[in-house]
Amino acid sequence: MNRFAELLDRLAYEPGRNNKLRLITGYFREVGDPDRGYALAALTGALSFKHAKPALIRDLIAARADEVLFGLSYDYVGDLSETVALMWPKAELAAHNNPPPPTLTEVVTTLRTLGKTELPKQLERWLDELDETGRWALLKLVTGALRIGISARLAKTAAAALGDKDPHEIELIWPGLSPPYLDLFAWLEGRGEKPVNRDPAPFRPVMLAHAIEDADFATLDPADYIAEWKWDGIRVQAVAGRDERGHITARLYSRTGEDITGSFPDLVPSLRLPGAIDGELLILREGRVQSFNVLQQRLNRKVVSPKLIKKFPIHLRAYDLLGDDENDLRELPFAERRERLETFVRKLGDPRIDLSPTVPFASWEALTAARADPASAGAGAGEDADAVEGVMLKRRDAPYLPGRPKGQWWKWKRDPHIIDAVLMYAQRGHGKRSSYYSDYTFGVWTSGEAGDELVPVGKAYFGFTDEELLQIDRFVRRNTTEKFGPVRHVVHEGDKGLVLEVAFEGLQRSPRHKSGIAMRFPRISRLRWDKPPREADRLETLERMLKAEPAEIEV
Amino acid sequence: MRPQEILLPAAAGLCCKPGGFHIDPVRPVERAVITHGHSDHARAGHGAVLATQETLDMMRLRYGENFAGSTQVIRYGEEIRLGDVRVKFHPAGHVLGSAQIAVTCKDTCIVASGDYKDALDPTCTPFELVPCDVFITEATFGLPVFRHGDAADEVKKLLASVALFPERAHLVGAYSLGKAQRVIALLRRAGYDAPIYLHGAMEKITSYYQSRGIELGELRPAAGMKKAALAGTITLAPPSATSDIWARRFPDPVTAFASGWMRVRARARQGGVELPLVISDHADWDGLTTTIAATGAGEIWVTHGQEDALVHWCRSKGLKAQPLDLVGYGDEEESETPDAGETEA
Repeated sequence: MNRFAELLDRLAYEPGRNNKLRLITGYFREVGDPDRGYALAALTGALSFKHAKPALIRDLIAARADEVLFGLSYDYVGDLSETVALMWPKAELAAHNNPPPPTLTEVVTTLRTLGKTELPKQLERWLDELDETGRWALLKLVTGALRIGISARLAKTAAAALGDKDPHEIELIWPGLSPPYLDLFAWLEGRGEKPVNRDPAPFRPVMLAHAIEDADFATLDPADYIAEWKWDGIRVQAVAGRDERGHITARLYSRTGEDITGSFPDLVPSLRLPGAIDGELLILREGRVQSFNVLQQRLNRKVVSPKLIKKFPIHLRAYDLLGDDENDLRELPFAERRERLETFVRKLGDPRIDLSPTVPFASWEALTAARADPASAGAGAGEDADAVEGVMLKRRDAPYLPGRPKGQWWKWKRDPHIIDAVLMYAQRGHGKRSSYYSDYTFGVWTSGEAGDELVPVGKAYFGFTDEELLQIDRFVRRNTTEKFGPVRHVVHEGDKGLVLEVAFEGLQRSPRHKSGIAMRFPRISRLRWDKPPREADRLETLERMLKAEPAEIEV
Repeated sequence: MRPQEILLPAAAGLCCKPGGFHIDPVRPVERAVITHGHSDHARAGHGAVLATQETLDMMRLRYGENFAGSTQVIRYGEEIRLGDVRVKFHPAGHVLGSAQIAVTCKDTCIVASGDYKDALDPTCTPFELVPCDVFITEATFGLPVFRHGDAADEVKKLLASVALFPERAHLVGAYSLGKAQRVIALLRRAGYDAPIYLHGAMEKITSYYQSRGIELGELRPAAGMKKAALAGTITLAPPSATSDIWARRFPDPVTAFASGWMRVRARARQGGVELPLVISDHADWDGLTTTIAATGAGEIWVTHGQEDALVHWCRSKGLKAQPLDLVGYGDEEESETPDAGETEA
């Protein structure tokens, strides 16, 4: 347990993805079965213990610590598990013959079988045996709140690195595996066969597209490609299959293979034919696709209430078919898969699942026109045009290949919105960037009581080149008017300051921001050293753009 | 005699009227008695200064030859009469030359401990317990969540990280006086014998430690090194420098920070620290409470830090206790200005 705690501790501070991977892989290499398997389970969120509640932990510490001292400490630390871990009194154990601290396996297997009444005593014993970091990790683990910035995907990638495997391969077999994953580690270390996924509805690694650039068109023949609208929703894979008894199992996966079925129970009944659909998850109201802002309100919900389901009716817009009943279609050319898909969706005949239409075009000019105006293009997106974020180009003869193979699929997004804003505050970045002011808050003009003033409308921390980062960093250091901890006020007046060209994908009303507006995916697209701040954009411009977006009420 | 007639907080610091001096005064006074060389305790501009040789040397290094009108050296265990009181210095275990000051008037003994720690430190004389009637204690880490553990284990953590990331540089933020040299000494004890690199701001004080016979092994200035040559090395720097332009000369640095504050995660994360090392030159909660009890003092005065919790603890043990309102002292690591590292050093 102490070794696992050490890993969690280190991960909690490490900002870099690659370094996190190395820490986890290093752990898997060093620690044997079954401990490492339970660690993988903990990191992928595959463990949960229902009896360990924060109230229980409060009771345990109340019995051992002065109430005033606990209160002052908790105030200072701000986290219950950490406060308790740090102030837990050293146990009055005999100097020798102490029980060794529990292993992670011991903790997990004991917790699985332990009754609610035995839990407090057991936790006490472990807390006595572990060191500070061990106690912290134990409390985080049992209360199910690791929160150390590790995704399930990252943990699986780290495991894959142990055997030089593609993480997709793990993703494929994952649904058939269970902690402590002995068969998985045996395979990764070359000691055993690859575990077979007996899951009736397995995930298939997704195929991704490259962003197309102007120069690419000259080398491409329009006749080789099929075009579709690129929907502004969430890429999903909807899979249904029959288990041994012939019952249908249906699952919805994110593009990384995460099982998200639980968040969309309303789609499951529609997945009643065995097959694997690649498509876009959208919200449809009265047949019309809603904006991403609307869809966002259905995401990351702990509880999917009937009210939420009713207010945000889920929909799947299908654009590829990877499996049709028992048949794997991934080797077939896209044009053929598309025909199979059309038949499949027709056979399904479900109002929640429809086809993403293809966009007919004979030349790149024609497609350019369609992309510029999706509403009125042939086989147009019509009323759904607002939810189109560009077009997809797929080679007619392309098989379905995992990853991002060259020259097969292209995405051609609509041009982003652009505004000129003024740099107002700068903050230090993290990790590699901790010596740079790399997070920027920018604002636009609005009329205030004392004439025009800048109001912050967003924050961006990428989009610039390394050279530009150096330039902005230098500008920030030389033009700081005030400092608040890691934040610097940067000069922003009509004739003094730096104008940033900011690109973004959309706007949303937000009562949490002073300007009443939040930007989607803002990034710095250019530095406008040439432009005096007074010529930057005004809030009115953004408000006009917002008019197209319907106001939403929180559920 | 009432203890308040011997020592009393005043604007300039802790004042001893019958002895005619102040302890660690924060403003220029006629006669100053100084516990240790950190800048919030040892200031320039006093008439006469009484302190250990090391403390006086450190003040000279920082402020120049004329930092005081006159100076007088006192050794550990030596007793000197000042006015109506006797003053005796005892090791405080905080940094090189640090002392607790026992002030005795008639039959009442008050110990002003300054900053102290009861943990092992190869770079200074160990803390000595001084029985007294009134004990004046700091409370920098005066909350039961602060338990520092063994500093040797933290150094092992650092070395494990160096082994795991051989292509990265490890930058260890540490206060220039005391902490840096202690970390170096602990690294040497752990068997690390490669050269250790130093930020320019700590070269002078570190070579002073070496001149006092403290073994620190081979030390090199980080300045002028090629970036690639710093891969796999350890460099000590003032905490503020680890997140500034200066740090860009290092290949993909791992930012470590050696401080008692690193015990609390939020605190470590706030500072952008990737590798927190809980190494403190102040006593932790257990150290404070054990020491207080062991002095046998019936009355405890609590100065800078988390006074409330420590006063509460003393009272719950039946001791008379009160916070002492002294301003101008704080954790030295925090009092460093964030821009100190911006000038190339």
